[in-house]
Amino acid sequence: MSLLERNIREIHQGLCKREYSVSELVEESMRRIDSVDHQVKAFLFRNPFALEEAKKLDELTTPDGPLFGIPAGIKDNIVTKGMRTTCASRMLENYEPIYDAAVVKRLQAGQAVIMGKCNMDEFAMGSSNENSAFQITRNPWNPDYVPGGSSGGSAAAVAAREVQFALGSDTGGSIRQPAAYCGVVGLKPTYGLVSRYGLVAFASSLDQIGPITQNVEDAAYVLQTIAGHDPLDSTSARVEIPDYTQALTGEIKGLKIAVPKEYLGEGIDGEVREKIHAALHVFESLGARIEEVTLPHTEYAVAAYYILSSSEASSNLARFDGVRYGVRAEKSSNLIDMYKETRSQGFGQEVKRRIMIGTYALSSGYYDAYYLKAQKVRTLIKEDFEKVFAEFDLIVGPTAPTTAFKIGEKIDHPLTMYLNDILTIPVNLAGIPAISVPAGFASNGLPVGLQLIGKAFDETILLRAAYAYEKHTEHHKARPVLHSSPGE
Amino acid sequence: MSQITREQIQHVANLARLNLSPEEEQLFIENLNEVFAFMDKLNELDTAHVPPTSHVLGITNVMRADERRESLPREEALKNAPEHEDGQFKVPAVMGE
Repeated sequence: MSLLERNIREIHQGLCKREYSVSELVEESMRRIDSVDHQVKAFLFRNPFALEEAKKLDELTTPDGPLFGIPAGIKDNIVTKGMRTTCASRMLENYEPIYDAAVVKRLQAGQAVIMGKCNMDEFAMGSSNENSAFQITRNPWNPDYVPGGSSGGSAAAVAAREVQFALGSDTGGSIRQPAAYCGVVGLKPTYGLVSRYGLVAFASSLDQIGPITQNVEDAAYVLQTIAGHDPLDSTSARVEIPDYTQALTGEIKGLKIAVPKEYLGEGIDGEVREKIHAALHVFESLGARIEEVTLPHTEYAVAAYYILSSSEASSNLARFDGVRYGVRAEKSSNLIDMYKETRSQGFGQEVKRRIMIGTYALSSGYYDAYYLKAQKVRTLIKEDFEKVFAEFDLIVGPTAPTTAFKIGEKIDHPLTMYLNDILTIPVNLAGIPAISVPAGFASNGLPVGLQLIGKAFDETILLRAAYAYEKHTEHHKARPVLHSSPGE
Repeated sequence: MSQITREQIQHVANLARLNLSPEEEQLFIENLNEVFAFMDKLNELDTAHVPPTSHVLGITNVMRADERRESLPREEALKNAPEHEDGQFKVPAVMGE
């Protein structure tokens, strides 16, 4: 069995017993990327020093890092010192960060080995990875289908077993939806649990970094390493970080689970619905109590989200002006022209569209009608969740309304693409945590994701329930069939 | 909502510091009209007495001690600049030629 088929704890044990070295493990990941990434196209850049770093780890007498030697992928909107970070945009084609993101430092302190940077929708705007300026990542289960987005490269890399885990970022579902589409585990932590220092900002009040892994236990290990207060992120929460692995008991007797009727109603594919009902039976058989509830403002979440996230984006992306970093358009006659030409050449169409939506929503005369209105609706959505969580431990439903869609199917219909995020967006607006876990396959052979939503800072319950479910199902053990390149 | 016009798109593009081609202008007129018509859905809700949420954590100002710390070396700060001179970012003339 490939070393990368084991979970982090098992790999760690093998390394400690010297059954194999970090170098061997990293070489295995490199071989796997060499042999399948020409199909999957998950990586934008490879870390040329990965093996060197592995050798250094092999020289250590005590492997004390919790992620000692584990090969990892990093979404390309998380800055890595000296390693190109492009956000999959022409704008940052040659950008070499001069510092490491807080999460990268934490992974390094945990002794993980960064294998490279993962593809994404440009500046994390999109649900399919088709908005990358450089390449379209393929769904490992079927190359004609999207891997989801915006962390599509991260999810595909994990699904294809190129790396043991990857980091993604989630503004409106960008960790969970690709995890669901690729049949892996994706966790969006509570807003403020993981530092955003070094995450290229899209919508600062919604963005959050989290792990994409092959199983729930690994998600707990990675979260343990990256969670915690950071003085360099003023929105970082001062909370006690529990031992997440303690949550992995497999025991959920008496757990109170709410199922929102809006999450299984109109617009949700019949096969997806079936898989979720099957999952609910598993929870029930394990002693959980299940009841239907209502989150009445769900249908307003997409509209509120696209106003707020685009407004924040239009402000955040003002920094890309050809002065301090990134590309600059040549031959401009004055400063304003240089700004305009640089931005027009550097940004792709979806990014421009979001900037236009946001700028319009914030422009004089429209602020109250759109931005303020959306902020008020955000309050209503947050209150919907608070009401349910006053009586329940957990909310369960699908991660996405359908399985992955075909490449090219939605790219010319922005609104249709936006509506695809209906089940993940409310969680970001409320700032609460959620996890997507594999829940089986539809008849088209593509994975279905089960979404578990918890109270703020209650990742423990999420992990406990997700782990219990995984332990009693086999969905996460399925593997996509990928053809190796000639010579492998 | 009334329809977004070409003049409005041009005004917003200028605010956003974007040059749009005539094709892009046409595309964004259509896209924004469709998207904002959808967003008008929010007007179904009476929010007269609902406070806005700008941030979920409810923290306000986060202060740190005013202590002297090492800063980024100038060389590093300029490393990614398209153009620099005498240790400063260089830009085209503000007023044009």
